[in-house]
Amino acid sequence: MKVIYADNAATTKMSDAAIQTMLSMMQESWGNPSSLYGHGQAAKEVLEKVREGIAFAIHADPREILFTSGGSEADNQAILSAAYLGRRNGKMHIISSAFEHHAVLHTLEKLEKEGFEVTLLDVHENGIVIPSEVEEAIREDTCLVTIMTANNEIGTIQPIREIGKICREKKVLFHTDAVQAVGHIPIDVEEDNIDLLSASAHKFHGPKGVGFLYARRSVRLTNLIEGGAQERGKRAGTENVPGIASMGTALQEAMAKMGENSAHLTVMRDRLIKGLKEIPHSALNGDAEKRLPGNVNFCFEGIEGESLLLLLDDKGIQASSGSACTSGSLDPSHVLLAIGRVHDVAHGSLRLTIGEDITEEEIDYMIASVKEVVEYLRSFSPVWRDLVSGKTPFIL
Amino acid sequence: MALYSETVMDHFRHPRNVGVIEDANGIGEVGNAQCGDIMKMYLKIENDIIVDVKFETFGCGSAIASSSMATELIKGKPVSEAMQLTNKAVAEALDGLPAYKMHCSVLAEEAIQSALEDYYKKVKKDD
Repeated sequence: MKVIYADNAATTKMSDAAIQTMLSMMQESWGNPSSLYGHGQAAKEVLEKVREGIAFAIHADPREILFTSGGSEADNQAILSAAYLGRRNGKMHIISSAFEHHAVLHTLEKLEKEGFEVTLLDVHENGIVIPSEVEEAIREDTCLVTIMTANNEIGTIQPIREIGKICREKKVLFHTDAVQAVGHIPIDVEEDNIDLLSASAHKFHGPKGVGFLYARRSVRLTNLIEGGAQERGKRAGTENVPGIASMGTALQEAMAKMGENSAHLTVMRDRLIKGLKEIPHSALNGDAEKRLPGNVNFCFEGIEGESLLLLLDDKGIQASSGSACTSGSLDPSHVLLAIGRVHDVAHGSLRLTIGEDITEEEIDYMIASVKEVVEYLRSFSPVWRDLVSGKTPFIL
Repeated sequence: MALYSETVMDHFRHPRNVGVIEDANGIGEVGNAQCGDIMKMYLKIENDIIVDVKFETFGCGSAIASSSMATELIKGKPVSEAMQLTNKAVAEALDGLPAYKMHCSVLAEEAIQSALEDYYKKVKKDD
């Protein structure tokens, strides 16, 4: 059976070039970048080359790029740094949104326990933060605004340039979790007025366990890991040289092919959305246009997401859901609840995040398969029976 | 390792006794859509024997498998035996469930108990 991997928001397959880079680093340039002899310095040179490449990709200065273990570490360090800088000036208010990644939300909860006050902005029905609402929420004591570039579940792209501009004018630091965006849509930290940005390599066909934090030079970072003087003293520990080098290769490829990939994915995405919309009592989650080129997220009334995923897996389609049953908790995805989906409907969600090599035939196969499985699950769903009989009203 | 046992997947992929009994004399529904699981059991009881049982379920893989297994465990059995059915027996018959999915077997037990209660209420009214 052919397998269609449609969970690229969870992770992506490493590109051949990224794997080759990693292998050659492990085989040949395995020295410690802190060592003085040639072997170590060769590794150091690779690190700095990658740093330059990343800086170029997002229009930053290489000195503003810090290698991390991934997106979560970068989010933690960015937010804690901005918060502690604020506290020194008596500013202990942070603005974020209700549907951020847990790496952001849980860091904010930790800060609340330390006495910070957090305002979570509404993301509205279309899953997009309104810049004027950011402006209204900014207070005298606001030290940080952290809004993701694109949402990981519903793919909606946030107006970060406008939000960044407001923050710049109000002299408040702006962080954006760009884990889903880097390598997929253009980002320019200068034009977009970004002070701090997090990214992760495995979301753009690089390896897991490596990412980066962009921090504007004026932002003094707080260390999460103490030790040696690596990363300008801001992140101790011998660098993950093979991972970093591989990330550099993956990002370079993603940047070179961004236009082409994005054009193809957008056509495929819209075909998939059009097909799934034909399923009665279904709805697309998040704005139809301001969304990542590869993201499709639907709710189907009367069914539950985990059983949908298992049956799709039997058909070779690998996807994900925001249902409670897939998370091991009783609540469905906080993202779907944030855009106003009620629990009953949020349990029946399906996220398909397609990859660049997707074909029209595969899209059509996915549409047919989802239709078939939804219809089957509805055929013995007591919830669906009550909806059809009019006992309970349809929501979608 | 797979999330579910082979038996769970078998009952999920090929659920036994799916559907509705039009002239059921015991119907039970438990759970709520907000939590993500609803089970509805239909019983046809004659001379204190469960001659037929069907179910409808809105829920995850283990909820569907638990409903299916529970119906298999009581089909053709005397009511007195069905009343003894425990969630543990359902989970064991499925070769185990992940810890956080045990509530699905509880729901199956409750759905059957609820249908039996409904039967007794109706029988009492008829007597």
